[in-house]
Amino acid sequence: MQTANHIPHEVSYLDYKGKYKGIFSWILSTDHKRIAMLYLFSMMTLFLVGLGLGLAMKLELIAPGRTIMGPQTYNAIFTVHGVIMIFMIVIPGLAAVFGNFFLPIMIGAKDVAFPKVNLLSWYFYLTGALLVITSVLFGNGTPDTGWTFYAPYSFKTGTNLLPAIFGAFVLGFSSILTGLNFIVTIHRMRAPGMTWLKMPLFPWSLYATAWIQLLATPVIGITLVLVSLERIFGIGVFDPALGGDPILYQHLFWIYSHPAVYVMILPAMGVISEIIPTFSQKHIFGYKAIVFSSLAIAFVGYFVWGHHMFTSGMSGTAQYTFSLLTFLVAIPSAIKVFNWIATMHKGSLNLEAPFLWALSFIFVFMIGGLSGLVLGALATNVYVHDTAFVVAHFHFIVFGGTGFAFFGAIHYWFPKMFGRMYDKAWAKIGWVFFFIGFLTLYSPMFYLGMMGMPRRYYDYLPEFQPANILSTIGSWVMAFGVLIIIINLFRAAKSGPVAEMNPWHGKTLEWTVASPPPVENFEEIPVYGVNDGPYQY
Amino acid sequence: MGMWLFIFTELLLFGGLFLIYSIYRYLNPEAFRLAAHELDTFIGAFNTIILLISSMTIAMSTSALQQKNKKLTIYLIVITLLLAVVFLINKYFEWGIKIKHGIYPGSEHLINDFSQGEILFFALYFVMTGLHALHIIAGMVVMSVALVRVQKGTVNANRPSLLENAGLYWHLVDLIWIFLFPLFYLIH
Amino acid sequence: MENEKPHIVPYRIYFYILAALVTFTFMSIGITYLNFGPYSVLGAMIVAILKSFLVLTFFMHLKFDQPFLRIMVSGVFLLFIAIVFLTFIDYLYR
Repeated sequence: MQTANHIPHEVSYLDYKGKYKGIFSWILSTDHKRIAMLYLFSMMTLFLVGLGLGLAMKLELIAPGRTIMGPQTYNAIFTVHGVIMIFMIVIPGLAAVFGNFFLPIMIGAKDVAFPKVNLLSWYFYLTGALLVITSVLFGNGTPDTGWTFYAPYSFKTGTNLLPAIFGAFVLGFSSILTGLNFIVTIHRMRAPGMTWLKMPLFPWSLYATAWIQLLATPVIGITLVLVSLERIFGIGVFDPALGGDPILYQHLFWIYSHPAVYVMILPAMGVISEIIPTFSQKHIFGYKAIVFSSLAIAFVGYFVWGHHMFTSGMSGTAQYTFSLLTFLVAIPSAIKVFNWIATMHKGSLNLEAPFLWALSFIFVFMIGGLSGLVLGALATNVYVHDTAFVVAHFHFIVFGGTGFAFFGAIHYWFPKMFGRMYDKAWAKIGWVFFFIGFLTLYSPMFYLGMMGMPRRYYDYLPEFQPANILSTIGSWVMAFGVLIIIINLFRAAKSGPVAEMNPWHGKTLEWTVASPPPVENFEEIPVYGVNDGPYQY
Repeated sequence: MGMWLFIFTELLLFGGLFLIYSIYRYLNPEAFRLAAHELDTFIGAFNTIILLISSMTIAMSTSALQQKNKKLTIYLIVITLLLAVVFLINKYFEWGIKIKHGIYPGSEHLINDFSQGEILFFALYFVMTGLHALHIIAGMVVMSVALVRVQKGTVNANRPSLLENAGLYWHLVDLIWIFLFPLFYLIH
Repeated sequence: MENEKPHIVPYRIYFYILAALVTFTFMSIGITYLNFGPYSVLGAMIVAILKSFLVLTFFMHLKFDQPFLRIMVSGVFLLFIAIVFLTFIDYLYR
């Protein structure tokens, strides 16, 4: 066990030499910052795999009929693409990387409440990911059910579903333990004087998220177990031949998976709430409103899952109940957008990469959100359900939301995490390509959906081709942007110019420690006085 | 606090199963009543009492630990573990009888000779009591670890958390059974 | 879990709670034999809720813990009830 007294405070967490050597000093480390890096590198690898699968799909869709693959392969690809992106990237992503790295620092703590459990979370993550990969490589064929594993096909398909389901189950444990850790950390380890309402907004978002991770994830855990038992034993809970109701599967699945989207977006909103005050050099407008809207989103988010099931066969009463509740949950998100824009008003704006990502986040998130209203309204939903419109909606709001926030966060906190600065011009160029590519890739899908192109089909009617070509070209432009961004950041991490402590002139605690931070974050735990607080510009 | 948070996840895990139960019982009231006759209310009640007593003993062990009565603490934990074993043995026989009669998930007898509602009842019966039994085993493991540490002295009146948390987990197992018992054994 | 001052519950309290729990158990068995029709499940559930309240409050020490914990536990149960309720809106009106 490392004795805290002997760690010299000047040594950064990257250079620290403890009990273990080489790679073991990383994979056996319980330092929240190193664990965050472990997540970052695993996720980056998996993201590139998922991105490749997405590009393959777009390539198939550049022309009707078979282009580079047949229908079975296409089904497998969109399944694995979804499983990777949802369960391994956007659900854990921001919390596991930036939450792990910055939550303790931003609240003035040395680490999270349970550092060993934190490392265990990463091992669960890795195990789950590997299990999913084995389902692809071994057995009777890659799963082809979609990431949603709907019954009855999920227990009838001959493809190798069990490892994928088990992998998702294990990934759920990672999520639950991280949520548990963060809740205790925030309750117990805030610096003296940092009352709840003096905590910065990113930790607040992580708090709201952690409760969802804790309470919603077990539901999909048990659901996946039941699908496995259905496959192995034929228990009958979802099998109509034995009295089961497939719609009940959908209920259980979405009882988790809808709150899961708030797990995806709340930390993203938290990141934006950090970037905007810093790059406007102005106090956040409506701090309390943002806090309460985060909690409100987390709360109301539990009660809207039925909007994924409007055409499934559930009762009319349920349909309009869920539609009404769905409209309610949109309100707190809108409040946040107003607050962000009000913050920027008359601020001193610094148009560097993090801010560009934050601005474009607001733009694409709004488009995604407004298209969500179309989907939340019962009558219009019936028209566009299971079309490309839905695909556009969730890519705008999840990729545009969580994805843009992730890029913003990495560009914002990169100097702090790596102690070096990236090339700011190339960062902006990467953003330009990505943003234009993103819009070109997904906007046509709104049109295609309204024209009637179904989702999850490898083929389509000839009149849909022009828009599809545009969309596929967009995917290449976007991928090029990703390439620029990754190369820029990699080069900077290895040999970029040394970064100063507070390059963006931020006012939260992470900017008061060295870049990169020392192992225990603070020489002395900061104490907040009566007049202290975040965002005091 | 950490154990309470973990308990919340377990509540939601079983909650999903209770949700399924409530829906299917609502849809198949007669079949559930019929299927429940296959279960022995006496064994169910006996197991309920066993678990309630074991909850009391593990709760008492915390008081004993705080009063620095190491011997009593150990006795109480051991009694709790023994009661848990009795519970599991009962369960083993209950399941054994069912399986011998051809009533188990996916069995020919179940699928061919029972109505759909009854099939669902037994699916839920085996899954829920099975998952519960797994949690009994997990609880026994945690309590055993606490027992060893109490014996060694690393869990004591000044550092009671492990025993307290083990107790909390055990009470959770009891709580779940408090609901399982009437839902499966008391339908008439 | 830390309490500011360790509250030691006397053994006899635990005995009384067990007695109450066993009594409730027999009550619930009795209720079901008294054929209230669809209300038997309600009766059995009410007894189960009473029993769980006792276990939570005394065995699990909630009575003597910080109020935040009681709020959270109630919150979790309410969340579960709400989810069951919403799901039933589908099945009740099909």
